[in-house]
Amino acid sequence: MSSKPIDIVTMRLGREMLAIAASDLHEILEPVPVTRMPNSGDFVFGLINVRGAVVPLADLRVVFGMPAEAATNDTRMVVLDVPLETGPVTVAILADKVLDVSSLDPATVEPVPPVGSRWPAEAVRGIGHRDGGFVILPDLPAIFRTHCARSAELRKDIHR
Amino acid sequence: MTDEAGQIFLQEAAELVASLERDLLELETTPETSDLVNAAFRSLHTLKGSGAMFGFAAMSAFLHEFETAFDRIRQGEVALSPAIVAVALRACDRILPMIATPEAEAEAARSVLDALAQAMPGGGAHVAQRTEAAPPLATASRLRFRLPPDVLRLGHDPQMLLDELRELGPARVQAITAKIPTLETLDPTDCLMAWEVSFDTPVPRGAIEDVFLFHGDDLELELDPAEKADPPLAAASTAAQPATTGPKTQPAAGGETMRVATERLDELMDRVGELVIVEARLQALASSRKDPALLAVAEDIERLAAGLRSATMSMRMVPIASVTGRFRRLVRDLSATLGKPIRFEVTGEDTELDKTMIELIADPLVHLLRNAADHGLETAETRRAAGKPESGTIRLAATYSGAEVLITLTDDGRGLDLGRIRARAVTNGLIAPEAQLSERELYALIFEPGFSTAAAVTEVSGRGVGMDVVRRSIEQLRGQIEISSEPGHGTTVTLRLPLTLAIIDGLLVEVGGERYTIPLAAVEECVELPADQAHPGTGTAFLNIRGALVPFLRLRSLFGVTAPPLLHPKVVVVQAAGNRIGLVVDRIVANTQTVIKQLSPLQAHLRGFSGATILGDGRVALVLDVGQIVALGREAEDLHRRESAA
Repeated sequence: MSSKPIDIVTMRLGREMLAIAASDLHEILEPVPVTRMPNSGDFVFGLINVRGAVVPLADLRVVFGMPAEAATNDTRMVVLDVPLETGPVTVAILADKVLDVSSLDPATVEPVPPVGSRWPAEAVRGIGHRDGGFVILPDLPAIFRTHCARSAELRKDIHR
Repeated sequence: MTDEAGQIFLQEAAELVASLERDLLELETTPETSDLVNAAFRSLHTLKGSGAMFGFAAMSAFLHEFETAFDRIRQGEVALSPAIVAVALRACDRILPMIATPEAEAEAARSVLDALAQAMPGGGAHVAQRTEAAPPLATASRLRFRLPPDVLRLGHDPQMLLDELRELGPARVQAITAKIPTLETLDPTDCLMAWEVSFDTPVPRGAIEDVFLFHGDDLELELDPAEKADPPLAAASTAAQPATTGPKTQPAAGGETMRVATERLDELMDRVGELVIVEARLQALASSRKDPALLAVAEDIERLAAGLRSATMSMRMVPIASVTGRFRRLVRDLSATLGKPIRFEVTGEDTELDKTMIELIADPLVHLLRNAADHGLETAETRRAAGKPESGTIRLAATYSGAEVLITLTDDGRGLDLGRIRARAVTNGLIAPEAQLSERELYALIFEPGFSTAAAVTEVSGRGVGMDVVRRSIEQLRGQIEISSEPGHGTTVTLRLPLTLAIIDGLLVEVGGERYTIPLAAVEECVELPADQAHPGTGTAFLNIRGALVPFLRLRSLFGVTAPPLLHPKVVVVQAAGNRIGLVVDRIVANTQTVIKQLSPLQAHLRGFSGATILGDGRVALVLDVGQIVALGREAEDLHRRESAA
């Protein structure tokens, strides 16, 4: 990670604060109708219409092992690009609340402590310090890559 | 020369090479056809000429030798032999590489030319002899020509003709302006000039005629023979002129078709797609407002959008024939390499598919053809021993079947050995040794990654690209691939492909409050689910439709719906992969035009859906892939049967 401050969007998910690079962000939507994707599991569970494009909707709570929660007035769908090896993929993720755009000094980002962490290490790039609190920097490419690999595996099993 | 012109040249060169190849292959079986010889000669001549124009001197010089050879065949000086066709086919293969990398190809080109010299009677020396001997036989020292008046509009440039004539030898050119009218009646786009060209030394008639090769019937050309020339021969050769060049004027005229970049068609298709979505929203709005005026407008727009859609789609459709030419050549070469006589039959070449689709199925089909020729067909001796004709037959057939195109590739070879497939699958860990599999499941194993039954890796197939790649390519096109076989009698591979990737007519249905689209072309009929079948229970799930037993699948259970079922469920009877199957839904909503949006790579693994679409109210609905749904149902059935047997 370079030493230049990066712009981040902070959002709340359950009791955690997540930070997403603002450069990956497309737009933030008020909740729109979701079409359930049968047999797709809880993580990438549905599809939404983002101005004419069909975009998969994911719930990061599943990855972080947080309990499901009902939507509130603050719930948002955050549309962003995830760079994968095969090219960027547009996805929407659920956020309980989107707070603000601010800048984060990469020097303050620490790796996830290997022991006693609440979060799966492979899903987190690091923990940043901000306003006396912590923000989790999720490793979205890794999260979605794992998802794809697991699904392909699953499919193979079904095929057999 | 601009890049665009260069691109067009490359494209034309590729087409000419393809047509040359086709003619040569046909000549191989019917060497007496003079039309084909003429056509081959013209392709060679055009390639040589436009190659030289675009600065591909090496290729042009290379083709010159072949052009000369075919000219002699055309004149009846030399009989066409299989050896000449074979070497000409080799030359065909070199043309495009020579355009791409002239230096790298120099060696290969030389060896092809050597082979040509050997194939021609009298050897290479003859060519030189002839050019020495030819001039005194037929020369001209002066010519007059007048081009048809519309020649400028067709994009010809008389200046180029004059330049070409000057290349034949020092010449003086004089314009004949007698036919040019006064200014007020002059149409500046007509070419009314004629020219007289006097050569200082007599030049061969053949060379002059070549310059005018593509100006056929309407050309007025007069040749004044050189003093020593033989008059009767001169007359014969001018008379022959229109006959040999006539057919070619058609493509040169070219007013009937135009080239459009594929991206522009794609863009048009995208726009039409968006229009169709907005049109659906207008429909929804109009029917909710119940305003007759608005409804009328919505109806008109619907009609226009449907027309625009089918017109746009038809623009993208190309016949399968556009790739089968390549396959003919491939099979011919495979036959030679493998030393197996092979007959290749193609039917349904006029079946049309989306252009993108055609491009993407070409490679998988090549792979299947190689497999059929290499593994499928036996050697001539084995076949004779088995009491079969020595020539193996590979048949490629394309037909429409509902919203799908069916492409079958059949060989009459040895067929698949189920025992060996099983053994290989066990060795490779694909199945457990004690696994009970149906015939269909065993055949399907061939498409698993890392599976190859060929005992030996041969030059032709088994080079690491397996049938799994073929399956993946076909599935990416929302197609299906199936294989069946009869030991000793051959193997059939069937590809089922959707007609297009973009827009379909759909039947919108509701399952557990969720809406799904079923491609209308797959739908046969809709019926009520009989009350005694309404609740999922034990026993066979069959419907009796006018005496025929049709199995059915409950989409509610397939999609894991938990909401309580509605009364009076409906059954949509669909046809896929040759099977009829009923899909039980809660409600049938409407017919819709559906723009299929590809699913994200994150969901590509999910079976049963070919894509998603946006409905009139802005919601997303999934589009069912009927073929996959049927396959899922069959797998569930197989599993069920195996479990109840165990």
